[in-house]
Amino acid sequence: MSEEVFYKSISELEKMLDSRQISAVELAKAFIDRKNAVDSKVGAFISSNEGELLESARKSDERRAAGGKLSELDGIPVGLKDLLAVRGQKLTCASRMLENYVSPYTGTAMKKLENAGALFWGRLNMDEFAMGSSCENSALQTTRNPWDLSRIPGGSSGGSAAAVSAGECAASLGSDTGGSIRQPASLCGVVGVKPTYGLVSRFGLAAFASSLDQIGPFARSVRDAAVVLKHIAGYDRLDSTSANVPVDDYPARLSPDAFAGKKAGVPKEYFSSGMDPEVRVIVEKAVEKCGELGAEIVEVSLPHTDLAIPVYYIIATAEASSNLARYDGIRYTHRSSKAGDVVDVYFKSRAEGFGEEVKRRIILGSYVLSSGYYDAYYLRAQKVRTLIRRDFENAFESVDVILAPTSPTTAFKAGEKSSDPLSMYLSDIFTINVNLAGLPGLSLPCGFASDGMPVGLQMIGKTFDESNLLSYAYAYEQACGWNRCNPKL
Amino acid sequence: MADSAEIDIDYVAKLARIELTPDEKEKFSRQLGQILGYFRKLSEIDVSGVEPSAHAHAVYNVWRDDVEGEPMSVEDALMNAPAKRDNQIVVPKVVDDA
Repeated sequence: MSEEVFYKSISELEKMLDSRQISAVELAKAFIDRKNAVDSKVGAFISSNEGELLESARKSDERRAAGGKLSELDGIPVGLKDLLAVRGQKLTCASRMLENYVSPYTGTAMKKLENAGALFWGRLNMDEFAMGSSCENSALQTTRNPWDLSRIPGGSSGGSAAAVSAGECAASLGSDTGGSIRQPASLCGVVGVKPTYGLVSRFGLAAFASSLDQIGPFARSVRDAAVVLKHIAGYDRLDSTSANVPVDDYPARLSPDAFAGKKAGVPKEYFSSGMDPEVRVIVEKAVEKCGELGAEIVEVSLPHTDLAIPVYYIIATAEASSNLARYDGIRYTHRSSKAGDVVDVYFKSRAEGFGEEVKRRIILGSYVLSSGYYDAYYLRAQKVRTLIRRDFENAFESVDVILAPTSPTTAFKAGEKSSDPLSMYLSDIFTINVNLAGLPGLSLPCGFASDGMPVGLQMIGKTFDESNLLSYAYAYEQACGWNRCNPKL
Repeated sequence: MADSAEIDIDYVAKLARIELTPDEKEKFSRQLGQILGYFRKLSEIDVSGVEPSAHAHAVYNVWRDDVEGEPMSVEDALMNAPAKRDNQIVVPKVVDDA
C-alpha cells in the first residue's frame, strides 16, 4: 500500500490519528500541500479555504486530546461538490448564475458530517447544475482525469471523483441524478455510491431533477464509502421525499464472504453492442471473480433498458426546467445590468447566467411539458418509467444483486464529445436506469484497460439494501484490491 | 410525435424565459430535433393500462407537528439578493405609471 498519507484510507488515517502518529492539523496540512502540488493540473477545486480547514483541524485535535472523538470521521478532510450547502461557504453549481452565491444555511447531509467531526475541504468542480457527463460543462474551470490529464474525469461530479483519486481529500460528496457519482468514480478509479432514493436527505442540495437526485460518497475504499454513507443517511423532515427507514451500521456489516449463497444477475441487455470490447472483457472477468467468491451468476433480462435514455432525458429536463425557474435574476442570482423591465430581467439574466447545456436542457424540458406535447412526451415517459421499475422488480425476484458495467468506455479525451450532446447522453446508458427505478448502485474499480485507464464495475442492489450491496462490493475489493492503485501525478 | 420541423424555438424559449441569440436558435433547433428524433422510439411502446411513476418510491401525505421553529433571519434570506434596500429586494418597476 502507498506510503503517502494522502493516499491512505479513512480507516488507516483514523488509526494514525487515534495513536497520535499524526495530528489532524498535520493531516490537514498534508492535504493542503497535496492540493497545492497537483491541483493546477487536475483542477478539481473551484475554491478552498485553508485557514478554515486548519482551524477545524485544531478543534478536532482538541476533541481527541480530551477523549471526545465525535466519530471515525473526526479530523478527516472531506470535499464537497459545489452544489451542496454549507453556511458561509460559496455554492456556485459551477455556473455564472451563482458565481457569488454564499449559502445562508447548512444542508442536512453536511450538518451530519459536521456533527461527526469531518472537516470540509474544498468546493469541487462539476458540470454546470450537474448537467453533463464530463465536467466540460463547468462554466468556471476545467477538471482533468488524474490518470491521464488529456482525458475528462467524468461527470457531473467530476471534481469530487478527481479530488479523491488524486489524493487531494480523503473522501468527498457528490450527487447522482443519472450516474453523476458512479460514472466519474468509474472513470477516475475510485469507489462511488448512489444510495436508494430517499435514504439521504436532499435538503441543501441544489436541485436538478428532484425525483432522481441523491447525494452520495466518493472514497478510496468500500469501507470508507460505507463509513461516510452511514453518517449522511437517515430520515429528515426537511426533505418531503426522505424515507423513514432505519440506517444500518454499514461498515460493521461488511463481510468478505458476502457472496456466499447469493445470486448475482447479469443483465443481457447491458452486454450488447456499443460497449468498448476491452471494457467488456474486464467487466466480464470481474463478474467471474464474484462467481469464484461464492455468487451463483445468472442471466437476467431488463427488456426496457434501451428506453432509459429517452425516458431519463424527458423526465430530467422537465424537472430541471421547473427547478431552474428559481434562477430568475431577482432574488439571489446574477441579475443582468442590461434589462429594462422585470420580465426582461428574467430573459437577459438567464441568457447571461446559464451555459449552453443548461439552456439546451431547460428548453428541451419546457418543450416536453408544453401544451400539446405533454402527453406524448412527459406522461408517456412516466409510464415507461413504471415499466423500467418493473423490470428491476422482476429481476430482483430471482437475484440478490445485479452486476454490470458502469460506463461503456474508459474516460474519453477532452473535447471528444463536447460538441455532440446526443452522444454525450448515450454515455449514461448503464447508470440512468438505476435512478429511474430509485435503486442503490455503486461503482468500484475492477481493472485497467490497455490505455492505462481505470474501469468500474457497477453493482445494483435492492431498495434500501445498502448493507448487502456494500458488502458484496467489499468482498470483491478484498479479493482484488484494484482500489489500492493510485495515479502518478 | 413531433419531428424537428415542428419545434417553434421562439415559442419554447419564451416559455423558458431565456433570450437566445440567432446562433443559439439555429443550433438548438437542429440539436433538439435530433434528440427528439431519438426519443421517438418511446412512441413504439404499448403503455396502455400502465400507471405513470412520478417517483420511484412514492411518499404520500407527509405530516408534521405544527411546532414553532427558528426561521431564517431577514439578513440571511437577503444576503444574496442582487439589489436590496430596507430589508426588501429591489426590482425594476412592475406596474406602469397610469
